Amino acid sequence: MLRWIVWRDLILAWRRRSDILSTVFFFVIVVSLFPLGIGPETQLLRSIAPGVVWVAALLASMLSLGRLFANDYQDGTLEQLLLTPQPLFLVVLGKVLAHWIIAELPLVLIAPLVGVQFDLSKQTLWVLFVSLLLGTPILSLIGSVGAGLTLGLRGGGVLISILILPLYVPALIFGAGAVEATIIGVTPAPNLYLLGAFAVVSLLFAPWAASAALRISLE
Amino acid sequence: MRGDRRLFRGLDLSLSPGTYVQLTGPNGSGKTSLLRILCRLLEPAEGEIRWEGANIRSLGEDYFTAVTYLGHRPGVKDELSALENLTIANAVNGVEVDTENASGALQTMGLAGRERLPARFLSEGQRRRVALARLLVSNTRLWLLDEVLTSLDKRAVGLVRSLIEEHLNRGGIAIVATHQELELSAGVTKRLELTT
Repeated sequence: MLRWIVWRDLILAWRRRSDILSTVFFFVIVVSLFPLGIGPETQLLRSIAPGVVWVAALLASMLSLGRLFANDYQDGTLEQLLLTPQPLFLVVLGKVLAHWIIAELPLVLIAPLVGVQFDLSKQTLWVLFVSLLLGTPILSLIGSVGAGLTLGLRGGGVLISILILPLYVPALIFGAGAVEATIIGVTPAPNLYLLGAFAVVSLLFAPWAASAALRISLE
Repeated sequence: MRGDRRLFRGLDLSLSPGTYVQLTGPNGSGKTSLLRILCRLLEPAEGEIRWEGANIRSLGEDYFTAVTYLGHRPGVKDELSALENLTIANAVNGVEVDTENASGALQTMGLAGRERLPARFLSEGQRRRVALARLLVSNTRLWLLDEVLTSLDKRAVGLVRSLIEEHLNRGGIAIVATHQELELSAGVTKRLELTT
């Protein structure tokens, strides 16, 4: 049943491809604005690259999180999902997994490409890719809690950023830290391990918290 | 209870197989709330609901294998065709329906030739029919229908009536919030009127 929820969301996203593309373009444009604005100062660009790419990824995920439950809520399918004979956290997990594939995975794949603009070495680009691969599930997972809490509220988009962005801070620190470590020539391993640990912790708690949030929002 | 307002109290009802409950009452009297309590979307402030003797809270997710709830909003995805809506909604529910059965159900609901059209091209009444087609392919025993007759034409109302009659003959229970009288020729009809 979990795979059907994922499948359903993937079909829906494919039918509304513009939503996926707008997230990806937002990410690419935000990241590209920095080298264009700063000019060809490779030293400076290299040192800001990890933070810029990671912050852009956080902001891009804000764009798509509002839609995570809102569309289903409006047409009544979310109620139906709550009434399926499976634990609610599995429903949430399915939707989060689909969200990661739709909205985050394209960013992970394209990040090494946009990273080239910052004159990063091959190894650094590789670490950037790995750090985003480990870190973006955290964005989807924690974001689902915010999406559940702000469901059906007016101005939910702004509220979700205020609620969720602070919770993203550890992911940002460890993720950007891993890339930075590579740039200055030390091993990124400790940061990546911590990022992985944070991902596991959010996998344990976020679906459960998001289902509680959904129950409250749907009352 | 909704907020600090009491909608109804002292409601004591037991239903046996083959019962149809017509839930009536003025707008805002709590028909929807009662139906949502019955399918656990809302928690009752007091009291309990039992299904086959067991409290529905203790039944957990298993309870949902026995229940179909159709709410105000039809729960039909605009981007999906009528057929996809039906098969995916059922698959998510753990009941896999093949295309043949699903299109059969849609034809019964009078949607022949429109099965593969994205639902955004369907009218309000036709979407409602797509939602109702779920009743045909799922074999749940308790139907909770909230104002499902709105925006349906006379023929479709007749269809819903015969659907409910068949359901009652199979030993099902249907609780329907409606302002329209459904004269059923099968099962036992009970009327429950909520007042404000």
